[in-house]
Amino acid sequence: MLKITGYPDRYSAEPGERIEFKVSLEEGNSFEARLVRVIHGDANPRGPGLKFRHIPSGADGRHSGFTQSIDAGSFMSVPDFPALGEPFTFFVMIWPTLTRRDDQTILAQWDAAAGTGLHMGLKAGGFVTVTIGGSQGVKQAIAPKAMVERQWYALAIGIDPRKGVARIDQSPIMHYAMSDDRVAEEFSLVSAASAAGLWMAGTPLADGSVGRHFDGKLDSPILIAGLHSASLHDRLLARPHDVELCKHLIAHWDFSQRIDSPVAVDIGPYGRDGVLGNLPTRGMKGWNWTGEEHAWTRKPEHYGAIHFHSDDLYDASWKTAVSVALPEDLPSGPYALHVHCGESDAHATREDYISFFVTPPKRPTKRGERPKLCFLAPTCSYIAYANHAEHITARGVEILMNRMVHFGHSDLWMYDHPELGGSLYDTHSDGSGVAYSSRLRPVLNFKAQYHSWLGGHGSAVYQYNADTHLFDWLEEKRVAYDVITDEDLHAGGLALIEPYDVIMTGTHPEYHSTVMWDAMKAWVDRGGRLMYMGGNGWYWRVAFSAHWPGAMELRRAEDGIRPWIAEPGEYYHSFNGEYGGLWRRIGRAPNVMAGVGFIAQGFDFSSYYRRAPDADDPRARFIFDGVPEEIIGDFGLVGGGAAGIELDCITTALGSPTNMLRLASSEGHSGLMLLVNEEFGPVPPNLGGDQNDRVRADLAFGETPAGGALFATSSIAWCGALSHNAYDNNVSRITENVLRRFLDPKPFPTSLDSG
Amino acid sequence: MVYKIAAEADRQYIEEFRNNPIAPHHSPGLQRLLNVMRMYRGGDQYILIARREFHDYVIGRMPPLRDDPIVIEDDVAFASREAAEWELFCRRWREQTGEIINELYEDKTA
Repeated sequence: MLKITGYPDRYSAEPGERIEFKVSLEEGNSFEARLVRVIHGDANPRGPGLKFRHIPSGADGRHSGFTQSIDAGSFMSVPDFPALGEPFTFFVMIWPTLTRRDDQTILAQWDAAAGTGLHMGLKAGGFVTVTIGGSQGVKQAIAPKAMVERQWYALAIGIDPRKGVARIDQSPIMHYAMSDDRVAEEFSLVSAASAAGLWMAGTPLADGSVGRHFDGKLDSPILIAGLHSASLHDRLLARPHDVELCKHLIAHWDFSQRIDSPVAVDIGPYGRDGVLGNLPTRGMKGWNWTGEEHAWTRKPEHYGAIHFHSDDLYDASWKTAVSVALPEDLPSGPYALHVHCGESDAHATREDYISFFVTPPKRPTKRGERPKLCFLAPTCSYIAYANHAEHITARGVEILMNRMVHFGHSDLWMYDHPELGGSLYDTHSDGSGVAYSSRLRPVLNFKAQYHSWLGGHGSAVYQYNADTHLFDWLEEKRVAYDVITDEDLHAGGLALIEPYDVIMTGTHPEYHSTVMWDAMKAWVDRGGRLMYMGGNGWYWRVAFSAHWPGAMELRRAEDGIRPWIAEPGEYYHSFNGEYGGLWRRIGRAPNVMAGVGFIAQGFDFSSYYRRAPDADDPRARFIFDGVPEEIIGDFGLVGGGAAGIELDCITTALGSPTNMLRLASSEGHSGLMLLVNEEFGPVPPNLGGDQNDRVRADLAFGETPAGGALFATSSIAWCGALSHNAYDNNVSRITENVLRRFLDPKPFPTSLDSG
Repeated sequence: MVYKIAAEADRQYIEEFRNNPIAPHHSPGLQRLLNVMRMYRGGDQYILIARREFHDYVIGRMPPLRDDPIVIEDDVAFASREAAEWELFCRRWREQTGEIINELYEDKTA
């Protein structure tokens, strides 16, 4: 278990800037902190071991701490909404998705401290409830028939707060034979004591948090004065609006408006817009979606639903425990705040490395002379994988890993704290996919020392901690470099990376926004030298939003290796209206960017590369200087080889430049290294690397028309081999040969005559 | 119908597994045996808990619903992942065939 953890307020900062660290402490009331440069976060005793360098700063020393909690669950609130004291009727279209959960909120005006007000909800089993609290106590009406999960219902609830009368009218949109879920009942409860403020999908609790969340979709919630029959619902939803009815309208929240924002627009006469908390999913098809249009931007009236989840989380909102001004002369690179509250033992970890990157100053006067190498920190991928919990939420991981599913102290703590929120690989507790991931929360796998259930046998590192293998190698080779993060690139575009001759990627740069993709492609096309140090890069398209800074959106649309699958009609990002999913499906396969593209994945063992004929091409001579071996990378900390986890290969039909050299290809993979599903139609029986020679990583090189070049390792496991034999090995040598040549400003030849 | 593990047919793979519980190239017969054993059929799922990474492991049981706690079998510790894999293999062999394997991982021949 973890006794201390935390997160920074941002993933990158410049020297001299202040960065704040949010820390929660579960033991004692103070902890030690210090700033460190992260060099190697892999504790595998077969490798170089943990390496951090202390950076003296204002963070050094003891800090007070306390336990901080997370208030998960999305909702809509209108805090200044007046109390509903006169008879009214609430109409809404509702699609419940987790009826086994008890005490959910559809709409509430409830004073939790006093136990008074109005509450409309769902009881375990899917039964609609109306609860009224007043001077005579609290009384609840329960609909006699349950709603069925993932079915649309027209729900009308009429309440006379003074008389304490409630009517529940529940009508399924789809009628099925032999089913009976129609409700039309009136109940006598108690008079309500009024409570101001209005909430949907959650209710404020006495402790100040919001609880009693709803799982499912709500569409077109309407409040109208007077008690009305359910038959009014159709008239209320008709366009143009019925002028006569509008005279009695109290509120009508139209979720199909401002879908990209946290605002729930009230098109009623008082304009009492709601504010959405904790990032519920928008751009969701509503009760009236027909399939005639799949983009919410083109037919928003079919996208009037918001999907709320009891485990949505945008911002953990922890208090700052350490605030530090970064030293003005701090070199760009990977750093962490090391926090420590005692000695770790078999039952608890009492330290944490809260990761962040220091970027170069943006102001020209402060930049000084910069390195020509930039490491593009794949923070989009870190955010996509943030608190990746498929080992908890998706059973059957063991068979894919080909070994027992590993849990460290962080994983045990994650299991006990679902309120941490999921990654873009996880599903919500109602089974729907997690489409947003935020960095404003503790991210337990964005840490040095985190050993993953997913990494290959051996070090079992993945994403950030796997990237520390590269940090370590760059330190060892005394190569100066700057760091730009994905999020920086999204914000700054091409200008941010333009000064660099060489960009090295992380081991798994899988997620990119359109701005990032365009900037990187422009940089390559203008002569940049790209060293793609991993596998399965430029795979998924993601989106950011100025309305929800720190959060990222993904739709797992149409194709690809998908741990969950977006519903038909929900492939477009709510953040920006773009068509989501694989870059390949919009004509920008990874091959267009990196020269290679995703071909296979397997998480047990890695293998080696065998030199290919192109290695002897004079164009590639510099790469193999001092590398006479036929076999490359038959060693490594990640699965025991340099070719593993996820592999790419050259495919000109997908956009790999025709001049790419296949320097070496991996072979000897296990039967669990499987061809990815976008690579076949009918499912072949020989998907595994032991039977299919398409399952391979191509070590690749090619010049670009602007005098730049592409080098691709095509394997997530490559960097895990760099430190083998005290960094003296053919993977390290090839990497260094390429880097030294790429840093040489001499242009690469661009025509057959110029070689 | 899914392959049914049978002691007579599959006993031949026990020693292969004990000699190398985590390997890239198990024989097809052993891999089939492992795939069937590892197929999730509901209920608790066995997990490997690293009390100290790379040094000290125990077996845990993760219940179907996250509301329920993980059961940690703290009484038997393993010095390696491989030793824990062998213990789990023995349990599953007994569940599938009724036979008890009285061989220690530490006594393996290879």
